[in-house]
Amino acid sequence: MPFIPHTDADIKAMLAAIGVDSIETLFEEIPERLRSGKLTRVPEGLNEMQITRLMQERAQQDGLYLNFIGAGAYEHHIPAAVWEIATRGEFYSAYTPYQAEASQGTLQLLYEYQTMMASLTGMDVSNASLYEGASALAEAVLMAVRAHKKARRVLMPLTVHPVYREVVRTIVRNQQIELIELPYCTEGGNIIPASLKRFENEEAAALVIPQPNFFGALEEVDELTDWAQAHGMYAIALVNPTSLAILKAPGEWGAKGADIAVGEGQPLGAPLSSGGPYFGFLACKESLVRQMPGRIIGRTVDVDGKPGFTLTLQAREQHIRRSKATSNICTNQGLVVTAATIYMSLLGPDGLERVAQACHANTNALIERLTAIRGVERVFNRPVFHEAVLRLDAPVADTLRALEDEKIIGGFDLSGHYPELGQALLVCATETRTAADIEDYGRALEGILGRGTRPSKRAAKTRSTV
Amino acid sequence: MLIFEHSQPGRRNPTQAPPAKANIKDIPGRFLRRRRPLLPEVSEMQVVRHYTRLSQKNFSIDTQFYPLGSCTMKYNPRASNKLAMLPPFLGRHPRGPESSGQGFLACMYELQEMLKDVTGMQAVSLTPLAGAQGEFAGVAMIHAYHDSRGDKHRTEMLVPDAAHGTNPATAVMCGYAVREIPTDANGDVDLAALKAAVGPRTAGLMLTNPSTLGVFERRITEIAKIVHEAGGLLYYDGANLNAILGRVKPGDMGFDVIHMNLHKTFSTPHGGGGPGAGPVAANARLEPFLPIPMVGLRDGKYHWLMEKHRPQSIGRLSASMGNAGVLLRAYVYARLLGREGMHRVAEFSTLNANYLLAQLTKAGFDAAFPKRRATHEFILTLKKLKETKGVIAMDVAKRLLDKGFHAPTTYFPLLVPECFLIEPTETEAKEELDRFVAALAEILREIDGNPELVKTAPHTTPVRRLDDVRAAREPDLTWTPAT
Repeated sequence: MPFIPHTDADIKAMLAAIGVDSIETLFEEIPERLRSGKLTRVPEGLNEMQITRLMQERAQQDGLYLNFIGAGAYEHHIPAAVWEIATRGEFYSAYTPYQAEASQGTLQLLYEYQTMMASLTGMDVSNASLYEGASALAEAVLMAVRAHKKARRVLMPLTVHPVYREVVRTIVRNQQIELIELPYCTEGGNIIPASLKRFENEEAAALVIPQPNFFGALEEVDELTDWAQAHGMYAIALVNPTSLAILKAPGEWGAKGADIAVGEGQPLGAPLSSGGPYFGFLACKESLVRQMPGRIIGRTVDVDGKPGFTLTLQAREQHIRRSKATSNICTNQGLVVTAATIYMSLLGPDGLERVAQACHANTNALIERLTAIRGVERVFNRPVFHEAVLRLDAPVADTLRALEDEKIIGGFDLSGHYPELGQALLVCATETRTAADIEDYGRALEGILGRGTRPSKRAAKTRSTV
Repeated sequence: MLIFEHSQPGRRNPTQAPPAKANIKDIPGRFLRRRRPLLPEVSEMQVVRHYTRLSQKNFSIDTQFYPLGSCTMKYNPRASNKLAMLPPFLGRHPRGPESSGQGFLACMYELQEMLKDVTGMQAVSLTPLAGAQGEFAGVAMIHAYHDSRGDKHRTEMLVPDAAHGTNPATAVMCGYAVREIPTDANGDVDLAALKAAVGPRTAGLMLTNPSTLGVFERRITEIAKIVHEAGGLLYYDGANLNAILGRVKPGDMGFDVIHMNLHKTFSTPHGGGGPGAGPVAANARLEPFLPIPMVGLRDGKYHWLMEKHRPQSIGRLSASMGNAGVLLRAYVYARLLGREGMHRVAEFSTLNANYLLAQLTKAGFDAAFPKRRATHEFILTLKKLKETKGVIAMDVAKRLLDKGFHAPTTYFPLLVPECFLIEPTETEAKEELDRFVAALAEILREIDGNPELVKTAPHTTPVRRLDDVRAAREPDLTWTPAT
């Protein structure tokens, strides 16, 4: 019996101790009619050798591709120590640290994580994580509406990840919160601060500011933050954590800094893994801490005055407040956050900065190589961070399929979400891509489009104009 | 000592970052960061040693019996972890094409099929990221169902007073007012109160069965009838699915929608508080509203089911499809157990709980519901100890830590005073249960001889009782370097 240690003698002794003659008797309170639940579609069990073979075959069937796709999930080098340590049984098989004295390992790690994330985002405080980026943005929107008390509208630029916008809509729909979409500039691929004038009287609770935005383009975060706050809105920063090693922290945006910073934590040590498990991070100004969703760890002292860590500010949470809680969230993403904390410790400020710079430089090299091909051009002229939009003069979907045959995932097809951009493609090259990888992509694309590089390779074309 | 306190300016790990500073001059200065973040500057060995040592300050299933009620702390097979982390699974981008993920999608499709069987439902969506999100999906689906019928006056969600806190919190997130239904003296839902509460405003009822009181709701069929006749729907909180896995199907009990906690029942693991996975299953009535993406099979190829295939879906709950790696672990676990293994989960988790209840009763503890059978868990009430000895449930819980056992769930459900909710799970051996009984019996003797020893426990853990009031009044949530 898989994972059940009972011998026949054990079963007999246990039944005798209970005073019944069979296990079946223990189910006597369940109406007979309901006890028929025989499984028919679950196959016979496998042993570990058999399941290993099966999973290896399935994994092999999927194979390994050269990724030039980001769109919210980024392939980064993950040091071997990260998951070696994170999957130690003491982290892997522990529960939420309710019994603080028996969970100091997890609790201290989460306190260190909160410190790192608060500093990376430039905010006062961070929670102990949420599920992932898109639902974390929804939680930030709910948090802003709660804190604002009056307005139930939130300004949501079209430069926010389109799937994130869908997720926010699903989650806030039944709470009468209205999401107002903000258009973007088709030259820059960003929100033009001056264009917001007509939203001045919307009485919104918050403005979401993505940096970099979904197109990889950099938004004028200082002006946008100031504008939002001047009109009584909270500024919600939606940021990529790797980018924060070189880009301005949300806490420094504008005159007063963003109010809430939120995003997808995956780049900090979580593998792509078909979309999860990842983690969402959420940090904010101190004044908003009691509106935060999710677990928060605090440092305190024990009866002997020795420092220790505990779950705190629990009066916000569902297990205490029930229907008046800030969110129904119960778990954070403990194990992935464990990995992220180890990742950030191994890289340190210098390492993370080098990763961010290398990602950006590789993406620039990729843009330069691909736009040297006739019929491939840059769509926007704004400066970017580590991701950019290209337009092809051939159908993107067909091109991506053809690249797949060469084991290349060539980017994210934007034609479905942004038809106005034509045959547009979002590409990314992280620090894991080599010059040879980029050249492979370039050659493959030339082959598929059936043409070579432009006669005069104009490097200037890839330089952003500001 | 914090990781930051090991930090020395200029210490680096050259093996873990690109060698050279790359050119980023095309990014204008106004976008650039001015001050470096406060990340530690420590060597790889310092990191490994620090976090290994921290891990050793945790209790875990791999090191201790962890009878935390309602949490199903069973053995987490190592194979599940290893096989979910095969490089092609880890390297697959969530927006990668379906053709590059047929192996992964096959696992997901088969997991959907197995969960349909286990729940007795029509269809399954693996998308919700955790139990609470599964609950959200289920209640949002009930909302969408009533909306689709133009039935806009159903504004109330009924929730038994014994329910997990997530139930009322979820109902509110979905725009409902919560109406509490009381529990009778034997732990069943108060039927008279339920009958009085249902009506044209009832959107549905959220129920856990076995309930959080560790007993099976015997009149479930009648409850379902009452709610359905009033036009409401039944939502099943799968927190306690381990108790009936392979024995009773929630669909047969009359539920319309259910969420499962795969980190509990399918052992994926808990990871110190996540990641979880909270798939949701529905009968024919609610099936169109399941969250997307789901996995379909057509002409021998697996593919995503999206908006265009499922126009009535409540929509997406995350950027991709759930916690894929957690779902892979659940798949491996389900295949290892197989049909027979699943039948035995309910049998042996129930056997272990009833044995523990019998032995603890003999040792002098009081069952909260002495007339009832335990399910996969049960409740003791330590009210008498409080009255006669001034020792509360929390003291006994902390003393258990000294004896090398994780404490049971304490003070939940709130209905039972000074309670312990104890769930041993099927993976514990009889000897371990006997040791736990002996430890609790010893604590009773200590209370007679030296109650202070128990009242001031724990004594052997890395820290002793913490000042939670100070933690909440003067929040210290981030470390600041001394200047």
